[in-house]
Amino acid sequence: MSKPIISVEELGKSYRLGLETHQRKTFRDAVAASVTYPWRRLREMSEHGTEEDTFWALRDVSFEVKRGEVIGIIGRNGAGKSTLLKILSSITEPTEGCARLRGRVASLLEVGTGFHPELSGRENIYLNGSILGMKKAEIAKNFDAIVAFAEVEKFLDTPVKRYSSGMYVRLAFAVAAHLEPEILIVDEVLAVGDAQFQKKCLGKMQQVAAGEGRTVLFVSHNMPAVRSLCQTGLVLEHGKIALRGNAEECVNRYLTAGMEDDLQATVNFTRPKNVSPWMTSATLLTDGVPSPVLPMGGKLSIEVNFESEAPIRHPRFGLVITTADGDKLLNLNNRFQPSPEFERPVHKGTIRCDLGMVPLVARRYFVSLYMGDQVHDSHVAEGALSFEVTEHDIWGQGKVPPPADSHIWWPTRFSFHSGDQVATALGADMSDLAI
Amino acid sequence: MSNAIAISPSVDVEPTAVSEAPPQERVIRARPGWISVDWDELWQFRELLYFLVWRDVKVRYKQTALGVAWAVLVPVFSMVIFTVIFGNFAHMKNDMPNGVNYSVWNFAALLPWTFFATALSLGGQSLVSQQQLLTKIYFPRLFVPTAVAGGALVDMAISYGVMAIIMAWYRVVPTWGVLTLLPLMVPLCLASLGIAYMFSALTVTYRDFRFVLQFLVQAWMFVSPVIYPASFVPPRFQWIASFNPMYGIIDGFRSALLGRYQPWHPLNLSISIASSIALFVFGLFYFRKTERRFADIA
Repeated sequence: MSKPIISVEELGKSYRLGLETHQRKTFRDAVAASVTYPWRRLREMSEHGTEEDTFWALRDVSFEVKRGEVIGIIGRNGAGKSTLLKILSSITEPTEGCARLRGRVASLLEVGTGFHPELSGRENIYLNGSILGMKKAEIAKNFDAIVAFAEVEKFLDTPVKRYSSGMYVRLAFAVAAHLEPEILIVDEVLAVGDAQFQKKCLGKMQQVAAGEGRTVLFVSHNMPAVRSLCQTGLVLEHGKIALRGNAEECVNRYLTAGMEDDLQATVNFTRPKNVSPWMTSATLLTDGVPSPVLPMGGKLSIEVNFESEAPIRHPRFGLVITTADGDKLLNLNNRFQPSPEFERPVHKGTIRCDLGMVPLVARRYFVSLYMGDQVHDSHVAEGALSFEVTEHDIWGQGKVPPPADSHIWWPTRFSFHSGDQVATALGADMSDLAI
Repeated sequence: MSNAIAISPSVDVEPTAVSEAPPQERVIRARPGWISVDWDELWQFRELLYFLVWRDVKVRYKQTALGVAWAVLVPVFSMVIFTVIFGNFAHMKNDMPNGVNYSVWNFAALLPWTFFATALSLGGQSLVSQQQLLTKIYFPRLFVPTAVAGGALVDMAISYGVMAIIMAWYRVVPTWGVLTLLPLMVPLCLASLGIAYMFSALTVTYRDFRFVLQFLVQAWMFVSPVIYPASFVPPRFQWIASFNPMYGIIDGFRSALLGRYQPWHPLNLSISIASSIALFVFGLFYFRKTERRFADIA
């Protein structure tokens, strides 16, 4: 009992990148290269790669998981989460190091693995269940529970290719949710399905973890889910462990750290051919200072430097803020806000747009920039800037608000009047009427 | 939340054999070189093999108007085509052993050949066509090509029925030799599995084999005595031809089914059986050797 259920020691996994070798200079080289190409490909495809084209997806990863622990594994895309899960699920072999698993493992890296579209719901429950490692008897025992959980009773004998995507996902998750392993490995599978179903899945997972004392490794980008489900966490950054601690610490680390890497306050542009005016650089400012991280409730400004070949009057600057999914949230430009400063023709200048407090919820956003004259946009930079809104105690309650499934929040003020008084007042009115 | 509560009773019944089992320890680490076959694991997952075969068979004839009839029609059509082209135009008919009808004689070869060809072509492609399984879940990968062979076995069972009808039609009376079909299935299955393992592993690594497989099936048919009798090979070279497992096996199938018309060739058959076993063992171990890389390259 004292032994950890999972111990991972210096685990590493390298992949070889298919590097294209040097450019051919002459036709003769090209012909010669094409002749030797199959042999070089063969060498590359077999295991004899050179050191320089190896890429370590995971390296020096060591940690332990106690029996009954629910651990959230978080990190940005490409941090090595999926590789780690694939190794622990025996799907792929590590290059170095080892992992010891002391219990039956089931992994759910994708919803509906092995579902066959032509087969009916009933048939797929059996097929998928057995692929996931359930015995036929186990599936039969859980069959009714699976069907009830998925809410597909009426469509059991319909081929799943006729299912709506929601039904499909529900059925697939339902099968997996009824696995009975000692170690359950779950990748970002809750990202699919509607909000209500996600809630139900989380509830089921919570039950698996708490009620039945199973060990769960849970990968997600959904921080609230990690917070509510996991006791401990593991943050991966660039294939290495950045933090192993309790879930809250890990979530905070994930939300705040590592942003400097891929988020930049300033972006510089090179002039596109024959374009004038053009932007030379653009900067994001939060509360007046260049920064790509905006706490909820903070003030946002965007500044661009532009140049023009011919002196220009009324340079036009526009910006569009979109979500990661590409939904446009805001489309602004200075066309209808002429300003006396714009009257004088200039060769270069700076335009600043103060947005003030933007009521965006904590998430990442992208900014596309447009530069032009009064007639048309000459320089367009789609998604040139991006910034991250971070959670902040906007209501002064000593805690961050739960994330909403909307794009914006609003600095609302709710006022309150006791219903009792209204009722008596109404009662009085009624009695008046009666008289 | 009420839903979660509603299902909880069934969950409570669950504390299963899992907890009773001794805490087995699974060590995951890089394993260099050749890897032995984990027979225990294959046995544990045996139900999955059954489900994979069942899926193959079930899916194959979905949404076809004729359904399972195709399992009968396909071999019959090939027999008709072979009879017309090779039997009549190429005058193979004249080379038949006394009194044997070419159609019966050809179908006796098509029984094992169709099975082997399916294992080679579909089995060879099986891993590539199931890549989403390889990269998302762990199970014994050997089952993927094995399931294809299993599906082909079901078709073969149907073909045996067709064979019986054809023999009755042409009034070919079977002898007790028919019983040797059962032991002959063993080398046939070994050779087919071996070839399926080998080519499925090769195709994952080198996709070129997808194209190679197409003509390999045709070429292999012409070096096997499907359309011509095994005796076409000069007697002193027959032992060499027997290194092709299908040479001895097809000849054996004809001897078993056509009894008195076709003598046995024990030496050729023995060599073919030996080479079936060798092919199986090699295919199996080559598969195991490359298996660990499947998920990375699939």
